[in-house]
Amino acid sequence: MNLSSPNPGNNGAPAPAVPARAVTPAAAPAAPALPPGRPASAPAAPPPPPPPVPTALAALPVPFQGADFALKGFHADATVAPGEVVAAAAALDQAGFALDTITGVDWLAQGQMEVVYDYFHPVTGLRAVVRARAPRENPEFPTISKVFPGANWHERETRDFFDIHFTGQSNLTPFLLPEDATYHPLRKDFTS
Amino acid sequence: MIPKEPTGVTIVDGVPRETFVINLGPQHPATHGVLRVKLTMDGEYIVRAEPVCGYIHRMQEKMGENRTYAQFLPNTSRIDYLSAMTYTHAFVGVVERALKIQVPPRAEYIRVITSELNRISSHLVWWGAFLLDLGGFTPLLYAFDDREKILDLLEGITGARLTYCYYRFGGLCNDVDDQFLQGTREFITLMRSRLKMYRELVTGNIIFRKRVEEVGTITFETCRKYGASGPVIRGSGVPYDVRRAEPYSAYPEFDFEIPIRSECDSMARYLVRMEEMVQSLRIIEQALDKLPAGPVMADKVPRVLKLPAGDYCYAVEAARGRFLVRIVSDGKEIPYRVKLRTPCLSNLSLFEEASQGMLLADALALMGSLDLVIPDIDR
Repeated sequence: MNLSSPNPGNNGAPAPAVPARAVTPAAAPAAPALPPGRPASAPAAPPPPPPPVPTALAALPVPFQGADFALKGFHADATVAPGEVVAAAAALDQAGFALDTITGVDWLAQGQMEVVYDYFHPVTGLRAVVRARAPRENPEFPTISKVFPGANWHERETRDFFDIHFTGQSNLTPFLLPEDATYHPLRKDFTS
Repeated sequence: MIPKEPTGVTIVDGVPRETFVINLGPQHPATHGVLRVKLTMDGEYIVRAEPVCGYIHRMQEKMGENRTYAQFLPNTSRIDYLSAMTYTHAFVGVVERALKIQVPPRAEYIRVITSELNRISSHLVWWGAFLLDLGGFTPLLYAFDDREKILDLLEGITGARLTYCYYRFGGLCNDVDDQFLQGTREFITLMRSRLKMYRELVTGNIIFRKRVEEVGTITFETCRKYGASGPVIRGSGVPYDVRRAEPYSAYPEFDFEIPIRSECDSMARYLVRMEEMVQSLRIIEQALDKLPAGPVMADKVPRVLKLPAGDYCYAVEAARGRFLVRIVSDGKEIPYRVKLRTPCLSNLSLFEEASQGMLLADALALMGSLDLVIPDIDR
């Protein structure tokens, strides 16, 4: 690296460009993309069919459904069984995705606990979401930290907040909560 | 239950070797906040460095779930207090996206100007603090001198110096004045000459280079596995920038480069941030030149914000990388779930792997090059 004339530009870097606009037809700037004068509460029309799943995701063995990026902020999302989240993570890993985040959602009324896995693609800019639900009494999901080591902290955080167990997760100490915490503040029945 | 540490005496090649555990933090100048790193050391070398987080955890996500969208908005500028504009941008963005609110172009342009000014001020703090970690005190004084000018400009229009709440659902709190526009133009000229001086003062300095070159190598593969973003992934040779990958606001209308370096070391991340300041100035200049007239607030923003049931994401490129807000709404005034995905958490999560076998002093250079803000990790 020649530092006598520092030139931190793009020269000499063998990295792929981000063809973001090419793969994200719905990814125009959110506000101007809408035609003016369209009322937010239009009379009930039949819902439009979901947009197609981007080809890079359609090829994967994960049941992705297309999503309108301009409205939702992701290109595709899939609901799988709790036992399939590792296979989904492995497939997305193979396709070059990076782990964005993991979080839980407590569906108290339905008696279910949902875990949402967000992924982004650092080269194509695609966003994929994988969800799974388990019974609320004993929510158990296999850890994906063998595939994405970065999942470790996200899973520990989800365990802190929701008491969702990730089997195979080696570090069981609370991540953000105090080390003697016995409460799970984001469960909807939490009282302080 | 505390996992067993590889401590104690072992015999290696007939020589007794002892590892020992020391704490870096939670109060330590090099961690820039209350972060604790539990270090298992073999002499000066790191066997294992385990970050222990949560010392300033405030449960921001719970606060998001028990107040309305408007009531939670000021909280978003207190997550990463150095990059508050971009964080409020993500939160107003997710609500605008869900409610299909059209933000007037003038408001979007001013958002870009203020966000990029905030990015420069954030990078200036990092620059000063990073060099302070490496033993150079003077750059901090220069950096804070320049940063002060940005804070004054932003204070003039927002009323706040750090925790801005300038963006509102549908636009801005108020329009900018001529004093701000004139002051920003003067700042661009000044900052360009100052960046030249920074390069001459620091970037080529041999002591600095010896501390950061080929130190703290993070490959792209590591970044991907841990979800690192921002200057960390761009210092590993991949031009991932949310402003390009998921274009938002008025960014598609400006001409700017995504600086990358392929060396993957601490110097690469340093150079990426230095070039980012140049690019931010370019964006601000274009936005000032093309600044459209018109209102700064959308018509007919509902007084009571109720997002249609469903989940919505909005990501922005904050100064430290990808910040994502995920809202799950059940159609009520109060969000059902607010998830804040912060860049520093993912960027720090690779530290344990990246610091293995490093000299302690080098690991601190690596940590400084990650540009950590601890409230951003702990939320």
